[in-house]
Amino acid sequence: MTEPFFQVDGLNTWFFTRQGVIKSVRDISFDLRRGEVLGIVGESGSGKSVTGMSIMGQIDEPGRIVSGSISLDGQELTALTFEEMRRYRGRKIAMVFQNPLMTLNPLMRVRDQMYEAISEHEDVSHREMHDRCIEVLKAVGIPSPEERLNAYPHEMSGGMRQRVVIATALLLGPDMIIADEPTTALDVTIQAQIIYHIRRQIDERGLGMIWITHDLSTLSELADRIMVMYAGATMEIGTTEDIIGSSRHPYTRKLLDSVPSRNTPGEKLRQIPGNMPSLLSLEKGCPFASRCERATEICSEPVPATQLSATHRIWCYHPFEG
Amino acid sequence: MNEMIFEAKDLSRSFTVGRSALRNLANRFLGERTPTVLRAVDNVSLTLREGETLGVVGESGCGKSTLARMIAGILPVSSGERHFRGEPYDSLLARKRDALKIQMVFQDPLSSLNPRLRVGEIVGEAAVLHGLVPRSRVKDYVVDILARVGLPADSISRYPHQFSGGQRQRVGIARSLAVKPDMLICDEAVAALDVSVQAQIINLLMDIKRESGLAMIFISHDLGVIRHLCDRVAVMYLGRVVELAETEQLFATPTHPYTRMLLDGMPKISLERRKFMPIQGEIPSPLNPPSGCHFHPRCPIATEHCRRTRPELREIASGHVHACLNVEAL
Repeated sequence: MTEPFFQVDGLNTWFFTRQGVIKSVRDISFDLRRGEVLGIVGESGSGKSVTGMSIMGQIDEPGRIVSGSISLDGQELTALTFEEMRRYRGRKIAMVFQNPLMTLNPLMRVRDQMYEAISEHEDVSHREMHDRCIEVLKAVGIPSPEERLNAYPHEMSGGMRQRVVIATALLLGPDMIIADEPTTALDVTIQAQIIYHIRRQIDERGLGMIWITHDLSTLSELADRIMVMYAGATMEIGTTEDIIGSSRHPYTRKLLDSVPSRNTPGEKLRQIPGNMPSLLSLEKGCPFASRCERATEICSEPVPATQLSATHRIWCYHPFEG
Repeated sequence: MNEMIFEAKDLSRSFTVGRSALRNLANRFLGERTPTVLRAVDNVSLTLREGETLGVVGESGCGKSTLARMIAGILPVSSGERHFRGEPYDSLLARKRDALKIQMVFQDPLSSLNPRLRVGEIVGEAAVLHGLVPRSRVKDYVVDILARVGLPADSISRYPHQFSGGQRQRVGIARSLAVKPDMLICDEAVAALDVSVQAQIINLLMDIKRESGLAMIFISHDLGVIRHLCDRVAVMYLGRVVELAETEQLFATPTHPYTRMLLDGMPKISLERRKFMPIQGEIPSPLNPPSGCHFHPRCPIATEHCRRTRPELREIASGHVHACLNVEAL
């Protein structure tokens, strides 16, 4: 296996609001290799999206990266100025969001938006810009790309728009792409198409990808490794086999168990009792303890990481037996 | 078998698109008189029995939400008949109190709950207004219903925005239950919720069904949820039902090529690496559906015949119908 080219170490991203400090991301560490898809899975408020935004350097007031390091090929991203980071975005790291209509400018043709993405970073001829646009549009499976270049976003279907966004992300040949729920709003047949093309691009171009989602099913089929987050903290990280096949963490197991396809049709779903704790009032212990059947007194103490195998790490005092 | 509670025959609904005053004026001067008509639902027939849950599944633009609104009686039909317990909708809907027997739960509770009313009013209002409960006793009544959907009694004095997404959906369900419906239509009621919250709401709906024998129509794009909750499933594509069968049978032996494509596309939790196949084509615009069988441009087994002829629903096994001209040929 190749060495990781991207590392996040001890990341803390907090929001200082009038109500108090919201610790959205607490002590997150992970790495990424070329040609690898790392899935970050979690429910609303788990901190998965804030993790992605932190990497992109897009945390705004009242939020701040409080501590931790984010490095790509040895370059520390948290040390970059705003202007340096702006040049980094798109060229080195690209991001794809859930709603392509928010990413695309409704008043610009696809061609102009894509050209702009290139000319912001490089000085190349129109001919070359055109050829590169066609190349990436083809790569994500867009039929008749020449026509699409002339289209406005509203003239395309949701799946087509999201493909344009992904093509634009590929345009500058980035080292990694962060995708935040990129196929959640799409129909299943369209989702399958897009995942097919993305997986191919990752393998062919040797990209690293962080795929942020709440959907374990998609991850089980796409990701190489999975990190499970809950209330801002990592619960468990490992290969897809570690997490889907032999999860040891009570939260991961509960999450897997509540998916309808893992239950007998017509019978009650195995659900997780209670709700996620408020991020304002987190204690130092395991945030899942209040909903966990296995929790004991010790769970109110800070939870250290346990390395279960070379690939599998877990934060829990009472993991399931392997 | 249970009594029939709802019956729809040849329901259709068209919308005229882009009809603005300016366009009308332009048409008059330019002599163009072809308004664009979108046929959202095209000759759909369905039945629902007491205590039964019917799932309607399909992708964007298949007309499932339009169908839901017609069944709920909040959208007039372009043609076709709707009967509730044998009575045509026109006379049923005229009697406001009986119209309450049909209730709907929407996807986004934040946009379907009045943000300026407290939960107590949201849930109790209709029941009081229609004389189901005297105003003096409404508080206890609402607290009872809130308890049934798993909300604490003090929710009564709070506003919708003070709840989480899952709790808000519970409020939406409580509001529907408060008027003692016989039929509940859920339009993507769990689509916007997190997996663990979704499980809680699905369990709640199953409890309600079990306790009160409520008949339900459950509209969703999520085959996993549909499979879990429904007794029978109708699969829609561009306004038409292409296959309808008992849930078990549909998932075990899907016959329509579209249903198969849908089941193949459904993500499953498994360690088997799926070979994601590039499925042919996009969903065509409902404004300009393909001729003959709407599915033919994306269908792996389509023939010239499929391009020209509209397939009718045919029974291929007991209670299992599909609209495909070509499956038997294979």
